[in-house]
Amino acid sequence: MKILVAVSKAPDTTAKITFKDNNTAFNEDGVQWIVNPYDEWYALVRAIELKEAAPDTIIHLVSVDDSGADVILRKALALGGDEAIRVNIKPTDSFSVASQLAAVAREGAYDLILTGKETIDFNDGAVPGMLAELLDIPCIPVATKLTVENGKAVVVKEIEGGEQTEEVAFPVLISCAKGMAKQRMAGIRNVIAARSKTIKVVEPVAVDRLTEAVSFELPAAKTGVKMIEAGQEAELARLLHEEAKVF
Amino acid sequence: MSILIYIDHADGQIKKSALEAISYGAALAKNLNTTAEAIVLGKVNEDLAGLGAYGLSAVHQAADEAFDKADAQALAKTVAGVAGTLSAEVVIFAANANGIALAPRVAVRLKAGLVSSAVALPDTHTEAGFTVKKVVFSGKAFAHVKINTPVKVITLTGNSYPAQKAAGTATVSQLDLHPDLSKVTITGVQKVEGEVPLTEAEIVVSGGRGLKGPENWNLITDLAHVLHGAVACSRPVADDGWRPHHEHVGQTGIQIAPNLYIAIGISGAIQHLGGVNRSKTIVVINKDPEAPFFKAADYGIIGDAFEVVPRLTEAIKAIKG
Repeated sequence: MKILVAVSKAPDTTAKITFKDNNTAFNEDGVQWIVNPYDEWYALVRAIELKEAAPDTIIHLVSVDDSGADVILRKALALGGDEAIRVNIKPTDSFSVASQLAAVAREGAYDLILTGKETIDFNDGAVPGMLAELLDIPCIPVATKLTVENGKAVVVKEIEGGEQTEEVAFPVLISCAKGMAKQRMAGIRNVIAARSKTIKVVEPVAVDRLTEAVSFELPAAKTGVKMIEAGQEAELARLLHEEAKVF
Repeated sequence: MSILIYIDHADGQIKKSALEAISYGAALAKNLNTTAEAIVLGKVNEDLAGLGAYGLSAVHQAADEAFDKADAQALAKTVAGVAGTLSAEVVIFAANANGIALAPRVAVRLKAGLVSSAVALPDTHTEAGFTVKKVVFSGKAFAHVKINTPVKVITLTGNSYPAQKAAGTATVSQLDLHPDLSKVTITGVQKVEGEVPLTEAEIVVSGGRGLKGPENWNLITDLAHVLHGAVACSRPVADDGWRPHHEHVGQTGIQIAPNLYIAIGISGAIQHLGGVNRSKTIVVINKDPEAPFFKAADYGIIGDAFEVVPRLTEAIKAIKG
């Protein structure tokens, strides 16, 4: 089996989010970058688990970004994966990223493409569906389990108020969410080994810019919390009923 | 020219998120001086003409039951085809499990720019053009995203635009359409019976490590039941296996925006706040007065959850009679 895992660079989950240039751009000053958690913890680790079960599996990583993402790709390669491909262009919107990934995926003829369910910066969750449509293959988004049985992928995905089990033949694209795999750390030996793995840099294809973020804003701060003494729960209930009118 | 809304349904019932999408689409249609129409694929047991009350002028249904089992690839092909036939200017989906599967595919087919997880009506007459406000950085910020293409696709975040019912009747037409053969087969559905889905819930009661163990979750579920709310939890609780992953709200879990969010024994790490800070009213119950969550709350009680929560449950029960 040949697996392609798409990973992106994302700001650390504890990063303070601020904007610059009159709120038109994300302020990257002092931001620590990580592998997007969904890509790393779930998509990549599940791919590695599949390779551990079937050692002839080949795993390629791919990221659409400039050379600033090489450190992230090395970090991902330390967890596992045979080689990485970087499409040399700063990511803009979901469609541009999906289009670049499609070019790489066509070239590699992969059986399985794994992505995170979304990136934690732009939260579109749209790249998996767009990429699958561009490749004309099925896509199961927001999957929490993936096994290979009788040459097919058996996938559990979240639906409102529960989950659903689905079966699909390869090639298929699966976007991964919590539950898919157990988070793991790269050992020092693997970190060193990852330094000699290949990061192949490919040039981007031309893509139209369909959308662009023109400005950003932070959520309005709460005006102040109303504290109620323990023991006065009836007063809280009254406030929720009469003041906040939430029940 | 029209606005086309995809009506999502399950077990024959139209979802609340679909009604919100209809009201959103109808308001947008009004702003753009056009009509709001909807597409329904598969069987529903509801009065489609009655959806006119939410502002639809027409409902197009392809009632072939094969659509109920069709995969996203087949559904997207049909939706994009109908959008093309109707010359739809904007196609709207609820930002739920089906919306996230369909909208990106439909956008690619229509060569349309997509904005996912919109939280407000588009600004249609700004200098920048057609812009839509959406959640970014997992709830820690919003972006205004400009769509450059003539056809646009939007998914609407749950609980961010109210379903508004007035008077009116929609014309209902039947489409003689059938889905392509699905590549994906559904082999099982496991629904948590009787529970309100988290993303649709107007009230959510959530527990953290302060509850000390899964055996104490009746505190959370009792309060949720009195309020007809859904149950959620913080990340450590899901990671430790106290509660299922699908109840985890926060940056790497589900992001929600209910009318009321009650956080019990949750300190309020920045990652958790990102997933819940769009809740309209936030109540925090924590024994640690320094818990950062109090800064993001509307109402707070410093106290032992094991004493405070049962008393709150009783007090709410008393008001509800």
